[in-house]
Amino acid sequence: MKENSPNAPVIDFDTPALRMHRKVRSLKDKIAEIGIGIGGISVIIAILLIFIYLLYEIIPLMKSASVEPVAEYQMPATSVRPDEARTLYLATEEQAEVAMRLTSVGEVVFFSVADGQVVDRVQLNIPAGTELTTVASSGPAKNLLALGLSDGRVLLIKDRYRITYPNDERLITPRIDYPYGEEPLVISEAGSGLSKIAVSETDSSLLISAVSTDKKAYLVQYLKEESLLGDVTIERNSLQLPVIENDIHSMLIGPDQNWIYMVSNKGTVDVVDTRDMDTPKLNARLKITEQNSGIGDVKLQLGGISLLVGDKNGQLSQWFLVRDDQNEWGLKRIRSFEHDGTPVALMLPEHRRKGFLMLDEKGQLSIYSTTAQRTMLTEKVLGAAPVAGAISPRADYLLLERQDGMLQALEVYNKHPEVSWTSLWDKVWYESYEEPAYTWQSSASNNEFEPKYSLMPLAFGTLKAAFYAMIVATPLAICGAIYTAYFMAPALRRKIKPVIELMEALPTVVLGFLAGLFLAPFLENNLPGVFALLILLPIGMVGFGFAWAQMPDKIRHAVPDGWHALLMVPVVLLVSWLALGMSSTLEIALFDGNVRSWLTDEMGIPFDQRNALVVGLAMGFAVIPTIFSITEDAIFAVPKHLSYGSLALGATPWQTLTRVVLPTASPGVFSAVMIGMGRAVGETMIVLMATGNTPIMDVNIFEGMRTLAANIAVEIPESAVGSTHYRILFLAAFVLFMFTFVVNTLAEVIRQRLRKKYGAL
Amino acid sequence: MRESLGNWTKSGSPWIWLNAGAVAISVIMVIGLLALIAVRGLGHFWPASIMEADVRELNGNSFHLVGEKVETVSVPVEQIRAAGIEIDTDQELVDRHLIKIGNRDVHGTDFRWVLEDFIEEVRYPENLIAVERHEWGNFYGYLLALKEKDKTVAVQAAGENSIWPEFKKRVDRAVEIHDEIYQIEKHEIGRINYAIERLRLKERRLEIDGENTPENLAELNAERSVLNAEYEVLQQQLADLYTAANRDSFVARAMNGQEIEVSLSKVVRVYQPNRMDILDKMGFYSAKLWEFASDDPREANTEGGIFPAIFGTVMMVLLMSVLVTPFGVIAAVYLREYAKQGFTTRMIRIAVNNLAGVPSVVYGVFGLGFFIYFLGGNIDQLFFPEALPAPTFGTPGLMWASLTLALLTVPVVIVATEEGLARIPRSVREGSLALGATKAETLWRVVLPMASPAMMTGVILAVARAAGEVAPLMLVGVVKLAPSLPLDGNYPFIHLDQKFMHLGFHIYDVGFQSPNVEAARPLVYATALLLVIVIALLNFSAVAIRNHLREKYKSLEM
Repeated sequence: MKENSPNAPVIDFDTPALRMHRKVRSLKDKIAEIGIGIGGISVIIAILLIFIYLLYEIIPLMKSASVEPVAEYQMPATSVRPDEARTLYLATEEQAEVAMRLTSVGEVVFFSVADGQVVDRVQLNIPAGTELTTVASSGPAKNLLALGLSDGRVLLIKDRYRITYPNDERLITPRIDYPYGEEPLVISEAGSGLSKIAVSETDSSLLISAVSTDKKAYLVQYLKEESLLGDVTIERNSLQLPVIENDIHSMLIGPDQNWIYMVSNKGTVDVVDTRDMDTPKLNARLKITEQNSGIGDVKLQLGGISLLVGDKNGQLSQWFLVRDDQNEWGLKRIRSFEHDGTPVALMLPEHRRKGFLMLDEKGQLSIYSTTAQRTMLTEKVLGAAPVAGAISPRADYLLLERQDGMLQALEVYNKHPEVSWTSLWDKVWYESYEEPAYTWQSSASNNEFEPKYSLMPLAFGTLKAAFYAMIVATPLAICGAIYTAYFMAPALRRKIKPVIELMEALPTVVLGFLAGLFLAPFLENNLPGVFALLILLPIGMVGFGFAWAQMPDKIRHAVPDGWHALLMVPVVLLVSWLALGMSSTLEIALFDGNVRSWLTDEMGIPFDQRNALVVGLAMGFAVIPTIFSITEDAIFAVPKHLSYGSLALGATPWQTLTRVVLPTASPGVFSAVMIGMGRAVGETMIVLMATGNTPIMDVNIFEGMRTLAANIAVEIPESAVGSTHYRILFLAAFVLFMFTFVVNTLAEVIRQRLRKKYGAL
Repeated sequence: MRESLGNWTKSGSPWIWLNAGAVAISVIMVIGLLALIAVRGLGHFWPASIMEADVRELNGNSFHLVGEKVETVSVPVEQIRAAGIEIDTDQELVDRHLIKIGNRDVHGTDFRWVLEDFIEEVRYPENLIAVERHEWGNFYGYLLALKEKDKTVAVQAAGENSIWPEFKKRVDRAVEIHDEIYQIEKHEIGRINYAIERLRLKERRLEIDGENTPENLAELNAERSVLNAEYEVLQQQLADLYTAANRDSFVARAMNGQEIEVSLSKVVRVYQPNRMDILDKMGFYSAKLWEFASDDPREANTEGGIFPAIFGTVMMVLLMSVLVTPFGVIAAVYLREYAKQGFTTRMIRIAVNNLAGVPSVVYGVFGLGFFIYFLGGNIDQLFFPEALPAPTFGTPGLMWASLTLALLTVPVVIVATEEGLARIPRSVREGSLALGATKAETLWRVVLPMASPAMMTGVILAVARAAGEVAPLMLVGVVKLAPSLPLDGNYPFIHLDQKFMHLGFHIYDVGFQSPNVEAARPLVYATALLLVIVIALLNFSAVAIRNHLREKYKSLEM
């Protein structure tokens, strides 16, 4: 370099400083590349995370149940006559730490679930020489136990648990309460031993029904009356039950003490109507097993409405009373559950949910959910049928007493049994319903409520809202777009387009608010006018067009081509004014002055103020700009030489449009409609504010609906994290997500195709 | 040239006219809607005249009516009769007026429908007064007397106006005291309460960490006693102010003849609309407008201002744009400049594009589940164990709302920025690279500055969308009434964990969840108008920037 030219400035590009500088630069370049790469990919991943997270919340719904043995030990024995003591009743407290064993010798043993250590023993107050013969529980809500004695009397007890925290550790102290006194109540005056018993307690009444060893049936009611001063007086009513013939397997008392079921060992049930407590009537005698099979076990489901029947043929079924057209009640078989045919040994209804566990003669455990008609699990856990069993109140622990005198404790994982494909998307026969129905009713005030998680009414509502919105939006948006793109003067187009696109930016909460507080009452008051408007508007527009064609040239030419839309503005305003102005007149002339009552009384169409019509108009308004702008682009992008060619061949502008331009642009128009549909389906605020949000399934335009999106917005803040309800709302969100995503992707692919096609042209 | 109907139809002209009509309808709908909001929203602040009339119904009932006429509708007579009201008229339609009678403490309701036919002679007496109050809504009636400490100091007969100046003077004094009380209660006591709560948390923290040594505790207790002393002083001040505020009261006669006494401490403002001339009214109008924009809401959000909602919206949107801009831009730059163009990038592009069309409530659900319960819950466990079981970040709040909306709007920014990057001619990039610049330098010095208007467009569109979204916010952080602003003088100044108020949610809440929808409606229109104006301005500026950008690169392409 140096020899080349002495005058040239000498630049050394290889000084250490410059080398360093270059290194720094390339390092910076590398850092930028890596940084942007990581940043970019992580943003994209973050976006995909939505999809993954929604799935992550939903997947537990699909999981079936599982059990895991946690302990096995000798059944804790009684202190007296341990060899004669049979287990009559087994239960655990809320935390499943302490269990209770009630024995035939009248001793209650409380023991630790984990290792069988005896926590406490309580000898019940029963006369010497008498034995406990039978035990019945009033159900998990009141948890009253009735113990039938061999001398025809009944002792009522409750097991109670006090929780204290000495040294910050949970300590559970069990005890036995005698809510009706320590002295047994007399059921059989004759003193014959009781073989079967049932008990039900309400705030004002205690009902005990029993069968004695000499085959007599008793029904005894104790009425509690509380005086103003707080004194409680108890009145005893003894009633006779209709005579029984067969030997009784179980007695059960239905909800509100209105029905008594006596199930015989031969598989029949006597349904006794005790709604009039003084004269119990036999409602029906039914066969509830198939092929003359005997009863394996029969229990009442949580809430007491349903009978769960398992027979010796291994058939499992659910029955409850259904009212027919004549207002008569009859016991109906509602559904049956899958099982392999091994005779049923023991059934354990869950305490908080509509479901039960079943153990058969071979020691197989099956877990069922009744509403969802779903088998959560079938697994062999024992060698033979159990002697007794208990499920903890939270349904997370199962205790089974084996025939060899050992106790087996199992942990149960069964989080979301209420959900199945059927319960979400099919008609389900819910308890106390007259027929299977689609119902969404996620919560109620009491614990015995059967949650109704059918997504059908919501999906239906979503589609109904979208349908009416599309009916409003599609014609307006597409026609408007055709005119704007093809006929309108460019100067006007530049002004009109932003105005309509401004609609898209309007917050939907504003539209919803106007729909609910302005449009809904307005439509209600001017219904005839609005329908008159629908008819008069097109007639008025075409009529004006024809009149315009008849005008002298001077006037016609005063308005240049492509500005005719402006002429329509006064026409539309005038027609609207006329139509709405004659609304009241029409109402008086045609509908006796009141459309609402005319619709309801004469046509039998219910009318809500916030209805699908309101939603259709408001959401149509929100969807118009979306469809308009994409359609307009598609039509405008059709190469001009195509239409020029057509026009040159003598076609009218309209013919050119329908035969040449629209077919070319049709995929674009289609994708516009799809995207508009996607928007209508997911819109939340408008539907939330402009409808009554009742989840009904009715196409009636004058009734409201509840959509998936609105339902999520209303219910998710109140649902417990991780609960079935919460996850189902996530499922609803996922359905919305997938629906719009698929629709939009399809539309996008079509649009890209179209673009390519024009590129070729 | 006359055309026959047949030819005219054949040419397809009716269809063209119908299409033109569709455009006209759309335009009328947009403009009509904006006009409706504007008229109803802005009209509310204008002081309406108070009418006075006697009403005599056919069934013999008659009463005295004082109030503002709000609305008039024509109803078929049939409907009136069906509702069980006798009416004697030959007309088929009758007019029905909605009168705002105020005085909720006297009548139980603020509004009353009255049939035109029953009204006898409407008067507008100049001496009627209107009193805006902190509770029970407006009062309309005649001023009778002024009292100070239960002693009457000035009297006038109904219909006179001699004590009005005195009344105004005393009201001004009471309002001033009220402002002082507000200042102390809201800010100074609020600050002390906040500091005491922080001390409690500190103590709990020490306990958890096992550092609750006597020295540490003593230190905390010392601080606490200082605060308590300050609190005592303020309490004393407040007590004095309350006594002063309750000194005066006025007696007035309501429309049913009942005389009621109202303490001046309950009064917001008094005026005599029937006496005001146009200038007075304009002054009153601008005062009300300012109150609306700058004050806290009163009476379950149905009166007063919406300042906290404006503030909350602005805060949330600002935070969101701070989050969304870098991430959106980086993702776009990666997709356009660094990623290998192919099937995958095309798929990603479509996916990102479509995410903009995913219902916003889905983002809300995601934000609630992932951000709040999952992330927030874990943050609480790690960093804020002292506040548990009360959640700090494990509950809806400002930060999660901004983050959720950032996620919602990031596709908008990505798409806009990518479009901007795609518009930059290759030649510019190649020129830079040929001069020896590295890729990063080209990007930083040449490409990004040229694409900046596109990014701006994206961010503005994102802000416009975020400002109008309500559905996801309902799940992740807005409340109907926030006790304090998310930005204040208490350390750490920005309270990201706090819930906030939002204009859009305010519309929903006041319009639909309010106990007194009728009274709140004008305010909702005004709020809607404000929101629409803000969003329209944002959109128009985005459009303007986009157009400017296009012009700029047109010259480059040549």
